[in-house]
Amino acid sequence: MHKSLISIHDFSKEEILHILEVAREMEATGSSKLLDGKVVACLFFEPSTRTRLSFETAANRLGARVIGFSDVANTSISKGETLKDTIKMVSNYVDIIVMRHPLEGAARYASEVCDIPVVNAGDGANQHPSQTLLDLYTILQTQGRLEDVTINMVGDLKYGRTVHSLLQAMSHFNPRFFFTAPDELRLPAEYKAFMDARGIPYKESRSLQEHLCDCDILYMTRVQQERFSDPMEYEKVKDVYRLERSMLQGVRDNMKILHPLPRVGEIAADVDDTPYAYYYKQAQNGMYVRMAIIAYLLGYK
Amino acid sequence: MSEKHTQLKVSAIKDGTVLDHIPAQSIFQVIDILDLSHSENPVTIGVNLESRSLGRKGIIKISDRFFADEELNRIALAAPDATVNIIKDYEVVQKKKIDLPETVVGIAKCSNPMCVTNHQPVPTRFSTVVDHKKVKLLCHYCEKTTEEFIPLGH
Ligand SMILES: [Zn+2]
Repeated sequence: MHKSLISIHDFSKEEILHILEVAREMEATGSSKLLDGKVVACLFFEPSTRTRLSFETAANRLGARVIGFSDVANTSISKGETLKDTIKMVSNYVDIIVMRHPLEGAARYASEVCDIPVVNAGDGANQHPSQTLLDLYTILQTQGRLEDVTINMVGDLKYGRTVHSLLQAMSHFNPRFFFTAPDELRLPAEYKAFMDARGIPYKESRSLQEHLCDCDILYMTRVQQERFSDPMEYEKVKDVYRLERSMLQGVRDNMKILHPLPRVGEIAADVDDTPYAYYYKQAQNGMYVRMAIIAYLLGYK
Repeated sequence: MSEKHTQLKVSAIKDGTVLDHIPAQSIFQVIDILDLSHSENPVTIGVNLESRSLGRKGIIKISDRFFADEELNRIALAAPDATVNIIKDYEVVQKKKIDLPETVVGIAKCSNPMCVTNHQPVPTRFSTVVDHKKVKLLCHYCEKTTEEFIPLGH
């Protein structure tokens, strides 16, 4: 039976640690011919240049070839072909499918209608598990451990799926959290209940300054306009936090700033040259983690 | 008013199934779940009957029809405390309790407008969660929780 990666919950703690170990190997090795002769489909039913380039580069660096599309205009999908038919057809051509789709649950459904592994590269506001794994890899790389790390999550904690997935994945590793958000974007009650049930300590704050100096990871997020149904609500909160170099005095030496990118105004450009900025390296790590995911699901690692 | 009185308000059936203790507001959901609007058998429905435990209850009697347990268990989505009486020759020959099924396939609608099941021909699939005595449905696809049972096609 083939295995897919649809949701971060599909991987056990052991599998997560295995992927991170393979990603470390990938980073050390660089390119290889591991998947020589294999074909990877990258099906982007909604455009996401950043994620697509990362997956396509990952496949290329493993020696695989890539087919696919980067949005659905001018394809048979825009003429009304069902998702099932598209997936069935493509799965007969390739060894693994990487897909992004605006509908939630689309990747799970795709994995059920074909006989090859499917990697979810984002299904609407639901899951984006390779992002979570690259966040974990980056935390491990910067802190030398995943256990007992203090993470300050900042920004859109209400709609931000990366935040929700990361806190659930970190629950394996005895974390502590600060949740910094304006009232309108606080962490939903279901995630607080999730942490209460596991005895994970956390504290909420409205002030970015309050917990800058007592965290190991500062996880900044963008406030995404498309998640808001009410434009007034978005206008109120879009510029609520802006991290600047001058605010970083007194932070822990090991503190690193992560951001899933793209950023809008939440991290000033003068932060980029500080030893705490790590978001560009984090994006590069995405490629190694995606190499590891593809190789693992195809049974090579 | 006693149970006996309420019984008298809905005519007795000779053979079949009587579903009792259905909350009044859930009666049409139960009709949908069992697809009784397309039933060939005579169906008698009583709504807004007085009940000591529920305030207002509904009752459904289906003549000459006996359901599989898995069909009956689906009623738990709308009426978790419903009781089932099997009638043979005007006598109650068996009383059944219904059990909430762990998974629900193809009869409920996901409340998330962005869920793939609301846009593609995908049979819905949920696991059931009981929260504060209320049945909620966790979508297998979009991973969101549907708070109220909504029959497919609504
Ligand atoms: Zn759903």
